[in-house]
Amino acid sequence: MNTEVLAHERPLRRHHSRPELGALLAAVAVFAVFSVVAESFLRSASIGTVLYAASTIGIMAVPVALLMIGGEFDLSAGVAVTTAALTSSMVSYQLTAVTWVGSLVSLAVALGIGALNGWLLSRTGLPSFIVTLGTFLMLTGANLGVTKLVSGTVSTKSIADMQGFASCHWLFASQFTVGGLTLKATVWWWLGLVLLGSWILLRTRFGNWIFAVGGDAAAARAVGVPVARTKTCLYLGVGFCAWVLGQHLLYSFDTVQSGEGVGNELIYIVAAVIGGCLITGGYGSVVGSALGALIFGMTSKGIVYAQWNPDWFKFFLGAMLLLAALLNSWVKRRAERGPGR
Amino acid sequence: MTLLELTEVGKNYGAVRALEGVSLAVEAGKISCVLGDNGAGKSTLIKIIAGLHQHDEGRYAIAGEEVRLGSPRQALDRGIATVYQDLAVVPLMPVWRNFFLGAELGRFRLDIPRMRAITREALARMGIELPDVDRAIGTLSGGQRQCVAIARAVHFGAKALILDEPTAALGVKQSGVVLKYVAAARDAGLGVVLITHNPHHAYLVGDHFTLLKRGRMAGSHPRSEISLEQLTTEMAGGSDLAELSHELGRTDPKERPPT
Ligand SMILES: Nc1ncnc2c1ncn2[C@@H]1O[C@H](COP(=O)(O)OP(=O)(O)O)[C@@H](O)[C@H]1O
Ligand SMILES: [Mg+2]
Repeated sequence: MNTEVLAHERPLRRHHSRPELGALLAAVAVFAVFSVVAESFLRSASIGTVLYAASTIGIMAVPVALLMIGGEFDLSAGVAVTTAALTSSMVSYQLTAVTWVGSLVSLAVALGIGALNGWLLSRTGLPSFIVTLGTFLMLTGANLGVTKLVSGTVSTKSIADMQGFASCHWLFASQFTVGGLTLKATVWWWLGLVLLGSWILLRTRFGNWIFAVGGDAAAARAVGVPVARTKTCLYLGVGFCAWVLGQHLLYSFDTVQSGEGVGNELIYIVAAVIGGCLITGGYGSVVGSALGALIFGMTSKGIVYAQWNPDWFKFFLGAMLLLAALLNSWVKRRAERGPGR
Repeated sequence: MTLLELTEVGKNYGAVRALEGVSLAVEAGKISCVLGDNGAGKSTLIKIIAGLHQHDEGRYAIAGEEVRLGSPRQALDRGIATVYQDLAVVPLMPVWRNFFLGAELGRFRLDIPRMRAITREALARMGIELPDVDRAIGTLSGGQRQCVAIARAVHFGAKALILDEPTAALGVKQSGVVLKYVAAARDAGLGVVLITHNPHHAYLVGDHFTLLKRGRMAGSHPRSEISLEQLTTEMAGGSDLAELSHELGRTDPKERPPT
């Protein structure tokens, strides 16, 4: 049998295996600009603040990016964070229990929301945009409604003097100083989740399935990949991270405002897209989502340090999103069309 | 040895009668071709074999045992690998990830260096030389993708290989390459079902020919009983073609009546 050489080398492949390349360049550029125009930007206090802002987006951008690579959205991700914080606070307060009890109940609720989203998606066959828009609205209403019913106001009662608060605060809301740089607990959580998420995506069988169900669910199913189970696991991941961030909000501010979180789901999606995730699924990176969150943190705080008008922040973010989305879809078209066709 | 056998199988999509009374047997080391026009029910037939759809009537037996497959996984576990016309691979994923999709090495953690090496070897054994298994499989041509999918089925020990119009979107040269790998799979002892609407491609490799027309069997012949000319005529629909030529009103100039 004679041998056929199938490949023509193209630079695209190198780009393809690095979806976060664009985000890396953008992050370096944003960093350089603010280092020059804002002298306080490079102080260790500012760096700590920027990283904190980035971490509160980045913790959620990890599972949202994985979900997007798996081909789905979660519009309920923002308010689910608030639901997790409210549940934890109200369960502990109403039962006068150790705060760990509230946190564990909250974990069950957050995972339950993820499971519900996944179940509805696989059962109804509706697009996740619609399914999670539904759960988004329901949670938004339930957050306000239940809180008013239980505490009589729109915010929860303080649980700062309750048993277990100190250890929960240490785990979710303390700060550590490393080499003169003070970092909030969320930064460590973020770092851990990025490493874990990236490892799962690139080095495990489940990660292979994530790429496959997002890239072509029918093809994945045909070779035996459990498509519905994979997507449900991704929604559980969103639930878990919403729980982590929700506990941070609760234990760092003692009380929770029940109307919070609306709109954040879009910021998580923006971070994932800037990080190289394709809106249609099958392509993207967890490290990229972290760079997206970092760009978000640097820009939102850097504009303040540079004493620019903060109104321009959203404008800048929108422009970044459009550029990133264009770049991603160009890469996809190149990859699908193939060489010389 | 008969690997799988369909007897008088029927299938409806709601009110659409897609298949009726279709029989087919697949032998190890033989290529069984299914020919038919667009909409004849070829894809429906292989989706039943592959466990993507279930038959409504008739009998489907694998290795002599009657089955009703609920999912593609069940077909794969019984050694039936399918290369689909429209969904052979996930285009954005690297070749090695596609090669092992659904049959990854390692229960949780992937053994990536071995997966890359085995992909390269398995392709080379089929005569496919791919210097870089890290490129997105979508960057390969259609024929190349089909070849990778065939190599994959052979490597994972499939007993039967089902191919849905592997040459439909390909040029002459690429079709030849794909047919060569189909023959290589047969030589490796697999039973092959080759779906096509091209009688020339079928006759190059086929041992048995089944013709489908609007969901029904319009003929079933071993190679010894039919010539390429007969197959082409049957495929083109014999009397249908004469009728069409009449409707188009273009007769042979010699026969044109004087005006
Ligand atoms: N999922 C489906 N739902 C309804 N009708 C279908 C479906 N798939 C195929 N059909 C119909 O069944 C018939 C056979 O189709 P198909 O098996 O795809 O033919 P072929 O592959 O030979 O072109 C056609 O009339 C087609 O429109
Ligand atoms: Mg077809």
